[in-house]
Amino acid sequence: MTPPGPSGHPPLKGEGDPRQGIVLSLCGITKHFGPLVANDAISLDISAGEVVALLGENGAGKTTLMNILFGHYVADEGTVEVFGHPLPAGDPRAALDAGVGMVHQHFTLADNLTVLENIVLGTQSPWRLRLDRAGAERRIKKLAADFGLEVDPGATVASLTVGERQRVEILKALYRDARILILDEPTAVLTPIETEALFATLRRMVADGLSVIFISHKLNEVMAISDRVMVLRAGRLSGERRTSETTRQELATLMVGQEIVPPPVEPVPRGPALLTLDRVATPSQGARSGLRDISLSLNGGEITGLAGVSGNGQAALASLISGTDAPASGTIAIADTAAAAWSQAEALAHGVARIPEDRHGTGTIADMSITENAISERYRDPRFSHHGLLDWSAARGFAEEIIAEYDVKCPSPDAPIRLLSGGNMQKLILGRALAPSPKIILASQPTRGLDVGAIAYVHSRLLQARANGAAILLISEDLDEILTLSDRVLVMFKGRLSAPSARGERSIGELGELMAGHGMEEASHAA
Amino acid sequence: MRLEPKPAPSLAATLAYPAAAIVATFLIASLLVLAAGASPFSVFALVAKGAAGSQFAIMETLTRATPLIFTGLAVAVAFRAKLWNIGAEAQLYAGAVVTVVLGTGALPLPAPILIPLLMVAAMAAGALLLFGPAILKTRFGVDEVVTTLLLNFIVLLFVSMLLEGPLKDPMGLGWPQSPKLIAEARLPRIIQGKRLHYGFAVALVSAFIVWVIMKKSTLGYEMRAVGHNPQGARFAGIPVNATLIKTALLSGGLAALAGFSEVSGLKGNLTLDLSPGFGYTGIVVAMLAMLNPLGVVISAIFVAGIFVGADAMSRSAGVPSYIANVMTATALLTMVTAIMLSRYRVRWR
Repeated sequence: MTPPGPSGHPPLKGEGDPRQGIVLSLCGITKHFGPLVANDAISLDISAGEVVALLGENGAGKTTLMNILFGHYVADEGTVEVFGHPLPAGDPRAALDAGVGMVHQHFTLADNLTVLENIVLGTQSPWRLRLDRAGAERRIKKLAADFGLEVDPGATVASLTVGERQRVEILKALYRDARILILDEPTAVLTPIETEALFATLRRMVADGLSVIFISHKLNEVMAISDRVMVLRAGRLSGERRTSETTRQELATLMVGQEIVPPPVEPVPRGPALLTLDRVATPSQGARSGLRDISLSLNGGEITGLAGVSGNGQAALASLISGTDAPASGTIAIADTAAAAWSQAEALAHGVARIPEDRHGTGTIADMSITENAISERYRDPRFSHHGLLDWSAARGFAEEIIAEYDVKCPSPDAPIRLLSGGNMQKLILGRALAPSPKIILASQPTRGLDVGAIAYVHSRLLQARANGAAILLISEDLDEILTLSDRVLVMFKGRLSAPSARGERSIGELGELMAGHGMEEASHAA
Repeated sequence: MRLEPKPAPSLAATLAYPAAAIVATFLIASLLVLAAGASPFSVFALVAKGAAGSQFAIMETLTRATPLIFTGLAVAVAFRAKLWNIGAEAQLYAGAVVTVVLGTGALPLPAPILIPLLMVAAMAAGALLLFGPAILKTRFGVDEVVTTLLLNFIVLLFVSMLLEGPLKDPMGLGWPQSPKLIAEARLPRIIQGKRLHYGFAVALVSAFIVWVIMKKSTLGYEMRAVGHNPQGARFAGIPVNATLIKTALLSGGLAALAGFSEVSGLKGNLTLDLSPGFGYTGIVVAMLAMLNPLGVVISAIFVAGIFVGADAMSRSAGVPSYIANVMTATALLTMVTAIMLSRYRVRWR
């Protein structure tokens, strides 16, 4: 293990100390945002050589807590101690210098630089003209070998897979002598196999005396990797358990507060093909794969689940079906008729309902009101406008219908939609998309970032549409979601589709193999 | 220092921000007045008297406000769709040139036909001038700030060439000025013997029409959606590029009306000093109005009052009238700051 660098951190506490081995201690952290209590008197201690999971739904206060630790926010009350020394509030460098490293959910790497350059970036004095590449490379290779983080220091980051980029992020923290590593939802972008490799790395790190904080809302991963679990709910610490002494059910109840029953999946007869893609291709965009001769049909009364590692063409397929992109070759047919032109307006006119992946950037216009967002796909409809003039009372009435039927919690239909929580925003998008009783539904990551209650709600609405005979394409990075809802499962890898499997036919492990590209070669036939 | 988003401000708060910006502007201008060795109170009292202290002063202010309403509307419309039209000055001159070309006898028509015709022709010229930058933006991603800003200089030099050549008044004793408009092409005065003309009325009607377009029409809805989030607008099926083009045509047309109104209502001919920067001042007017078309009327009158009042003040107090330019520039900065503060809370740690 590398000795502490010149920035140095204080030595561990001596033998006789009652708080021996505690490397990080948050004490009574409270943070208000206006009327919202994001963190309410949260205390937690981390010892050397353990993995502590921070479990909680979106909005439970996990991120706020970590932002306080990192000096991005200043706590209203409470203190942070690292290696027994209080950390000055509001100084992002202080946490780094004290030996705390963080791997964010969204990586903070410069794509055009090499791995080595990314890792040393910011560690060198700006007055030094030359970079000691050989020395840096030696150190990176040693760290990589010690912790099983294989990556070529000379490769540019743009050429790396998501899993490799994550390894670079971890190496970056280790290179800065981090003794405490915080990982924010690290598995969201990984295949099951890559997740196993990450866990192996984490185990080596704790064996070496490092400490890991593992932020997640996925129970099975928390059970697999952590020694201790801290559960947050609505800004409060709702429970603390040793992992060996708890169960998934208990953690779920602590996390949500009550038991959430997943909606039942009733059998529905398979209807006719409502949307058919025939050998469709679209160009790649940067690191994101395009589609390579995809053939796919979506049938009524059926949820088709599409799994795959992010960046393998799922986004391209979503863009195609939503009308954002037109096919470069191949045809799109609605029912039996090939569509001549293809655009968002065409897709909407053909009754394709779209639930986009990015509800903030794409699905809504943040600074416009709920009413204005409710009609955004249909403002030219005679119901909402005549001769180029909008009927605002009809529009407001429509927004009120969605608010009532989909239980959107909001101050008023005139409030800007940016004030809504993620779950309520998604409910409004769902209501907008499903109001015309569409026959074809594209649901792209429909529950990403939502809490358990909202997830169950979205699922029940999708199942209801399925029962009404709609053809649904569900694109998700959450394999549990895919397996629970889908009548058929397809895996996408580098722009191609696997052969479909019926409900229950493939295990998570088998899907993981396909997601990593094994056994995909012969499988790009009509699905 | 860090910024945190705020919830939507109430109506009262929305009105308080421009008011605070204006107060800040006066405070900053006071420092300059003190530096010039005068008392801010007496200077600002003289500005107010010069702007609104008499019937003559009020007429002058409203006359000065007329072109600012048009350019302010042009900027407000464009900025709403985040089309950064910095070229209202050029579009103003385009409208003025067309007014002179068609209004000096080329079309021998009675006033009730000729004047509307000149307005439409002027608007078409301004719209056409912004059409180019809009096409370059939507097709090739060319930054319209650069193209519209640089067009100002090109158009001004072009007008200068016209006034030395084809449009030069043969009876003008060698001055670079165009011939006078025929009587049928002149907008009448609102009150006989005063300078205030019917261009002001056209400006008020234009402001109301633009307000209706922005608030009630599908076009206004599309413009706002495109301005706030082009990606989200495109996803919802809103034709983003077509909306930007329509915005450009409307904005260019409105700016050109300023040129028409100054030539036809006030000056009667075209000279190179037709606009002392009305196109640029329109940006200040639109920002002070927070891009609200009806607010543009009020802010244009306010800004015009500062200019007219400062002229009067400088004659009696000896403080240079450039203080008006400083104040409008400062008002833009304080207003942009106020808009930011209305959206974000500043946290000092």
